Amino acid sequence: MEDKSNPAITVSKKEGKEELHKSSSAGSATHPGTFNSGRRNFLKLFSAGGAVAMMSSSPARAAQAVKPTKKDEAMGVLVDTTLCVGCRQCEEACNDANKLPKPKRSFDDDSVLDTHRDTSPREWTVVNRYTLKSGAQITRKQQCMNCVEPACSSACIIRALEKQPDGAVTWREDLCLGCRYCMVACPFDMPKFEYSKQVPRIRKCQFCFTRQEKGEQPACVEACPVQALKFGRRGDLVEEARKRIQANPKGYVDHIYGEHEVGGTSWLYLASVPHEQLNLPKMSDRDYPQLTSGAESTVPAVLLIWPALLAGFHFFTHDKDETNEHGSHQQDSQEGKR
Amino acid sequence: MKKIIRLLIGEPKKLFTPFNLISGLIVLVGLVLIGIRLAKGLGAVTNLSQTTPWGLWIGFDVMSGVALAAGGYTLATTVHIFGLKKYEPLVRPAILTGFLGYVFVVLGLILDLGRPWRMPFIMIFPRGVTSVLFEVGMCVAAYLTVQLLEFVPAFWEWLQWDGLRKFWGKLVIWLSILAVVLSTLHQSSLGSLFLLAPTKLFPLWYSPYLPLFFFVSSIAAGLSMVIVESSISHRLFSYRLSPSSHFDLDDLTLGLAKGAAVVLYVYFFLKLIGVAEQGSWKLLLTPYGYLFLAEVLGFVALPCVLYTIGVRSRNVKLVRFTGAWTVIGIIFNRLNISIIAFNWQLHPHYYPSWMEITVSVTLVTMGIWLFRWLVNRLPVLSQEKPQVGTNTFKEFMAESV
Repeated sequence: MEDKSNPAITVSKKEGKEELHKSSSAGSATHPGTFNSGRRNFLKLFSAGGAVAMMSSSPARAAQAVKPTKKDEAMGVLVDTTLCVGCRQCEEACNDANKLPKPKRSFDDDSVLDTHRDTSPREWTVVNRYTLKSGAQITRKQQCMNCVEPACSSACIIRALEKQPDGAVTWREDLCLGCRYCMVACPFDMPKFEYSKQVPRIRKCQFCFTRQEKGEQPACVEACPVQALKFGRRGDLVEEARKRIQANPKGYVDHIYGEHEVGGTSWLYLASVPHEQLNLPKMSDRDYPQLTSGAESTVPAVLLIWPALLAGFHFFTHDKDETNEHGSHQQDSQEGKR
Repeated sequence: MKKIIRLLIGEPKKLFTPFNLISGLIVLVGLVLIGIRLAKGLGAVTNLSQTTPWGLWIGFDVMSGVALAAGGYTLATTVHIFGLKKYEPLVRPAILTGFLGYVFVVLGLILDLGRPWRMPFIMIFPRGVTSVLFEVGMCVAAYLTVQLLEFVPAFWEWLQWDGLRKFWGKLVIWLSILAVVLSTLHQSSLGSLFLLAPTKLFPLWYSPYLPLFFFVSSIAAGLSMVIVESSISHRLFSYRLSPSSHFDLDDLTLGLAKGAAVVLYVYFFLKLIGVAEQGSWKLLLTPYGYLFLAEVLGFVALPCVLYTIGVRSRNVKLVRFTGAWTVIGIIFNRLNISIIAFNWQLHPHYYPSWMEITVSVTLVTMGIWLFRWLVNRLPVLSQEKPQVGTNTFKEFMAESV
C-alpha cells in the first residue's frame, strides 16, 4: 500500500534514467523547492516505515520498493520435465542469444550430461540428468528462476538487480558494486560472479528481456524442439499446468514448483517425481524481502527514539554548570535539525 | 629536515626491532598479494566460489572488525552520556582503536568488493534504500566520519589550538549520541544481513533475533576490547603516561568487567530464547550443535562466570584473561555465522586460502602500526606531558635530541 502512496520509490525500467536524474538534482539541493520535496519524500518514507512497524499484524512490506505488475500478468515459462529429452538445444540458443563464450565441448556432446553442472558466468542455463532409484532418468533445465519477489533485488545495495514489469530480473553493469550479497541472498544460488576478472560482472539468466521487449520469446523456449518449455502469462501457465496434472494425474506429482515457493517464481516446473529428486529443494512460501522488512522498519524508530532518549537522559541527569561541555546554542541547533 | 624525519619515523636506529622486522615482512607479502588481487581479480588469491561468495575478508575483516571496534561508542556513551567520568582516561584510546578498526574494515571491504570504485554511488544515487546492506554502508560511512570528529581534539591539543579544542568540547555530547544511533543501526544490521539466508545458515544460528544478537554482543565485545586494549597499551606505552596523572587502571578494568558481565548474561539468555523460538533443541546433539554449544557455553556463559568471579575477588588478571577470551568468542561467533555454519550443507566447504589469511593479518598489522605511531605522537593515553616524548608540536620542536 505504501508503494502506491509513494511513487518515488517505484522504479520501472523505462523510467530508470529519469529516476537517476531526479535523485541527483535532489541530492545537489541547489533549488530550495527540490530540497524540500526531497526531504518530504524522505520523511514520508520513514513515517510509512514507522506505521508499518506499529501495525505488526499486517506483514511489513517496506523492503519491496519495486512492485512488479500483478504477479500473474507478468510473463513466465512452464517447464514440463516429463517432456524434456535433454538435447541441450536450449543451452546452445542461450549461448548464442547472450553472446556467451563457446564451451570446450560442443552442445551435441551428450557425455556432458554424465556429470552434474551448475550454471556459471558463461553458462546461464544448464541441463542436468537425474537418475532415480528406479533407474529412470529425467533431464531438467536450470536457470535463474526470475522470482516474483526476488531476494537478490531486495538485497542489492544499489538495486542493480531489479524486477521488470514483464517478469525478468535484470542486472545493470553501470550500478553494481560487486559486493555479492545477491549471491548470499539467492535461495537458488543463481547470480554468478566473474572471480577471475579485474572488472567482474554478475552473470545470470535475465529472461531474455531484450528479446521480450521486441515481442520475441526467450531464446531457449524458441529452440526447444519438444515444447517442454512454454512461454506465456504466468497466470495462464499455472492454469495450463493444473490442466496437465488433471488430465494425467498418474504422470505428474500434484505440485507446480514455483507457484508458491519463495513467494512465486516466473519459471514453473512440472515433474513426474517429487521435485526434490530433481534438485529443486523444498522452500518456504514466504517471499524473501519479507525476511528483512521487519528489521528494516525499526530504523526510523531507532533514528527518532534513541537521540531523544539519550539526550534527554543526559540533560536530565547533568547540571549544566557542572559539566560545562554543552552550550545552550548547541541544543537549539539540534532542535532546528529535527 | 632531521626534525621531520624524527616526526615521521622516530629514531631511525630504533626502527629495526624484532617486532618491526617480522610484521614488516608480513606486510610486504600482504601488499604483494593485494597487488595480485587488484590486478587479476578475487579468484587469484581467494578460495571464494559461486556458492560461497563471502569468505574471510567479510567474516573476519568486516563482521569481526566492526564488532571489536565497538569500544569507541560504548565508552563514549558511558562517559559522555551516562556521565561516569572516571572512565574518561580510557575514552580516547578506545575511540582511536575504534576509528582505526573501521578504517581497516573499509580497506578490507574495498579489497573484497568486485567493483569498489562504484562505492560512492550508493550515496550519490541511493537506489537500494530498503536494502539492509545499504543501511550498513551508510551507517559505517557516517560513523567513520563521527569517529574522526571524536578523535580530532587530540590533534587540536597537539597543535595547541585551544579555541577549536574548546569548541569541540561542546560537540562531544552530540557526537556521542550520533555514535550510539549509528552503531545501534549498523551493528544490528550486520546480523540482519543473514536474515536473507534461512536455507544456508545452520538453524541454530539462524534466528529472527539476529540483529538483536549482533547489537548486544557488540557491547560485550566493545567493553572486553577496551579491557584488553587498555591493559596492553598501558604496559607497552607506560612511558607515554605522565608521572602525575596516575589513575587506577585496575579499578576501571573491574568496573568495565562488571558491565561486560551483565551484558553477556543478557546475551546468553537471548541466545537461549533464540534456540527455543526456532524449536531447534534437538539439533544441539549434531556436530554443528556441538560447535554451537562450544560457542554459547564456552565463549558466552563461561566468560559471564569468570567476569563475575574476577569482579567479586578483585582479580584483575582473571578479568583481563576473560576480556581476551570474550574477544576471541565474539570473533568465533561472527566466523560461525558468516563462514563456518554458513552453507553447512555444502561439500566441500569453504576454507580461507593462506593468501586471504595473510592479507587479513596485514590489515591488522597496519592498524597496530598506525595505533602505535599516533599514540607515540599525540596526547592519546594522557593529556599531560608524558615521561618520554612529547604531546604537543611546540614541545616536540623545543626538544633537543
